[in-house]
Amino acid sequence: MIAELGLAALWLAAALAGLQTIAGFLAVRANTPTALGALIRPAAVVQGVFAGLAFCALLYVFAITDLSVKLVASNSHALKPMVFKLSGAWGNHEGSMLLWVTVMALAGGLIAVIERRLPDRTMQATLAAQGFVAMGFYAFLLLSSNPFERLPIPAEVGMGLNPLLQDIGLAFHPPTLYFGYVGLSIAFSFAVGALLTRQVTPDFARAMRPWVLGAWVFLTVGITAGSYWAYYELGWGGWWFWDPVENASLMPWLAATALLHSASVLAARDALRVWTIMLGVVAFSMSMLGTFLVRSGILTSVHSFAVDPERGTFILLLLALYIGGALLLFALRASTISEGKRFAIASREGALVVNNVMLSAILAIVLLGTLYPLLTEAFDVRVSVGPPYFNPVGAIFVVPMLLVMAVGPLLRWRQDRFARISREMMALAAILVVALILVAVLGAVALLPLLGLALAAMLAVASFLPLRGRKLTRVPIATWGMVVAHFGIAVALFGMASESAFTEERLAALEPGGTTQVGDWAVTLDAIVPVAGPNWTAIEGQLSARLGDGAPIEMRPQSRTFWAPPQQTAESVLATRWNGQLYAVMGDAAGDGRWQVRLWWKPFVTFIWYGGLLVALGGVLAIIGRVIDDLRARNRRRRAAELGEDPAPEDRLPEDRWPEDGWPEDRAPGPPIPEESPA
Amino acid sequence: MTGWRMWVPLLLFAGFLGVAGYQLSQPKNEFIESRMVGRELPYFDLRAATADRPGIASAQFRDGQPRLLNIWASWCVPCIAEAPYLERLKEQGAPIVGVAIRDRPEDVARFLERHGNPYVAIGADDLSEVQFAIGSSGVPETFVIDGEGRITYQHIGDIRESDVPVLLEQLREAGA
Repeated sequence: MIAELGLAALWLAAALAGLQTIAGFLAVRANTPTALGALIRPAAVVQGVFAGLAFCALLYVFAITDLSVKLVASNSHALKPMVFKLSGAWGNHEGSMLLWVTVMALAGGLIAVIERRLPDRTMQATLAAQGFVAMGFYAFLLLSSNPFERLPIPAEVGMGLNPLLQDIGLAFHPPTLYFGYVGLSIAFSFAVGALLTRQVTPDFARAMRPWVLGAWVFLTVGITAGSYWAYYELGWGGWWFWDPVENASLMPWLAATALLHSASVLAARDALRVWTIMLGVVAFSMSMLGTFLVRSGILTSVHSFAVDPERGTFILLLLALYIGGALLLFALRASTISEGKRFAIASREGALVVNNVMLSAILAIVLLGTLYPLLTEAFDVRVSVGPPYFNPVGAIFVVPMLLVMAVGPLLRWRQDRFARISREMMALAAILVVALILVAVLGAVALLPLLGLALAAMLAVASFLPLRGRKLTRVPIATWGMVVAHFGIAVALFGMASESAFTEERLAALEPGGTTQVGDWAVTLDAIVPVAGPNWTAIEGQLSARLGDGAPIEMRPQSRTFWAPPQQTAESVLATRWNGQLYAVMGDAAGDGRWQVRLWWKPFVTFIWYGGLLVALGGVLAIIGRVIDDLRARNRRRRAAELGEDPAPEDRLPEDRWPEDGWPEDRAPGPPIPEESPA
Repeated sequence: MTGWRMWVPLLLFAGFLGVAGYQLSQPKNEFIESRMVGRELPYFDLRAATADRPGIASAQFRDGQPRLLNIWASWCVPCIAEAPYLERLKEQGAPIVGVAIRDRPEDVARFLERHGNPYVAIGADDLSEVQFAIGSSGVPETFVIDGEGRITYQHIGDIRESDVPVLLEQLREAGA
């Protein structure tokens, strides 16, 4: 019964998305306020409610393990802990798609309620685009992946869940990425709405920015968590494998990072209009493309999803429709959008443009590397593209990007001279050179990690330079966000470089009682014991690791064998110290009473994920800062309207507002650039 | 930016759609071929998986007689499907050695009782070590081993009727 209600709610939500699209389209064409136009916002809200109900229905059938529902029978088990029963609801193709449309519908409802800055027509076009995107996903669910499908005869037992996926981190990893993708779909709708009505304004950028920031925060957390998961769960000792699925999450992040910065320029300076629209389309394209690559099974990956060519075709059709449509619209309209304000190359905008180009180039490199096997396979050549391509080729653009990232925030908007910040630039260059020499002298380190360590040191200092000479209590929260995020990049970079430069690895075959050395650690295999869990058995190695004369730490890695479905996993164990992690994995019996033990000492490896979290924290601070600014401006506008006055100009452009304590001498915008007369 | 440049993204995207559409329409070869074909069997020595057949060691393959090496398991459904064709291969004189993957003796015995026992020997590979070492990534798979213990042919998936003559031919070639 509940399943049928869920299905009904899903159909109703789909119908409302259709209404939203058609009414929006007609209202935008009519160009005058119509009754139909008034329907759009409520339709978006009710669509969100029905989609939410459908998802609750799915959670319910999973919670009670209703084995007459096919999805429950094939993905759950009555004996699983409740949290994994619930996460099982989205740990499969159908459920994850339902989660996706639910979040998208809720987000659509939210912008329908709160977004009042944009002209009515632009908002209608935006919601129509949002409804159009949602319709495709509803069609996908209802026509080819119905999550509420019943079995003719209820199953007796559920088929369980992939044991690798019975992990609390993983239960919440995919939804995090979905929230990111959905946020980008909102940015996409805003971009299409702005393009349709030719309203590419700073207000559009401000309306879009919180969604891009939110999406970006979720993607950052998702990628960071996914990387840590792969690190400890796969037991391979690596933290990034350039696997297609990882790339599928990295590409939208790169595009969102570029979009975020270009939207900031548009919001603050009314420049980069066309570029921002393009990135809005590209960012969502990358999330759709990622979904397509992962779900169609067109590329081989360590992550085996429910792979199905029919679904692949469906997603490809959606991709063609949305992205092809948006790019066509872009091609037709973009040249009619007037150029924004001008700026000099030596300016904040100039630096942001350079960084945007670098980010786009990195995105292109990752995209090419990910799609390359697909291209060559068309000529019957099977290749696999890995770190030997991605690392050096990516570095060509990452290194200059990091250099610009250090200097850019020091420049003024509009026009500046490098001579003005020469002292800071010299100091940063000195740090870079000293770090390079120090590392090169102290240790034999390969080129890329060496550059990474030096750049990390420089960037860590550079990220705080924008705060110099300012009263810290007066620094806007959003600026703190930038500082923290940039510092986070430096921290993560340090972790990555340190891990690849200084990791020590040891594969030893030990008898119980035997000891081996890795880094400064002495690791002893005390015993081998069999252990059993609810649905697995394991060989457990009881290790004690000792650093110098310190007290030994117990480590108990396992080699687990699950029986439903049969699968073997390595349960690695980590001992975390402030300066790194000791990583232990249990291998197989060597045959003569000895056991293989694989050990790594990874100095400062944890900084990779701390850095990722700092970046996300920076994003959160930026959202808070922007939302507070927006609310204040909104209140002032309202008060002005009540008094019958025009809103003060500073409420229209919060970024350009003269700070209450005045601009510090060196941070006021440079002189305006005269518009060039057309030749 | 001039007008024509605005079309570049759409053209690139159309190119991607073409390639992706073409790839999707192609039947995907899911088989992972073993790199061990043409090489000697890796060392192994497996205990018997069931009471009425002996276990198997790699050294036993070097006696001049070519054999089929069948990787299977009692929990594997396609293995039931291929059982009659293994039986037919045995009737036509093919010596078949089994390796039971992650299995329990009582399950093995029950499977053989129900679906027939074409094997001259069955080794128990509890941790898939032998399976991975010879480059098999799934069950069932069948390898042709020549008289010197070299892998000469790999068949991936269950054996169907049409595969029987192919395997017999491969076995004959391995003996020649």
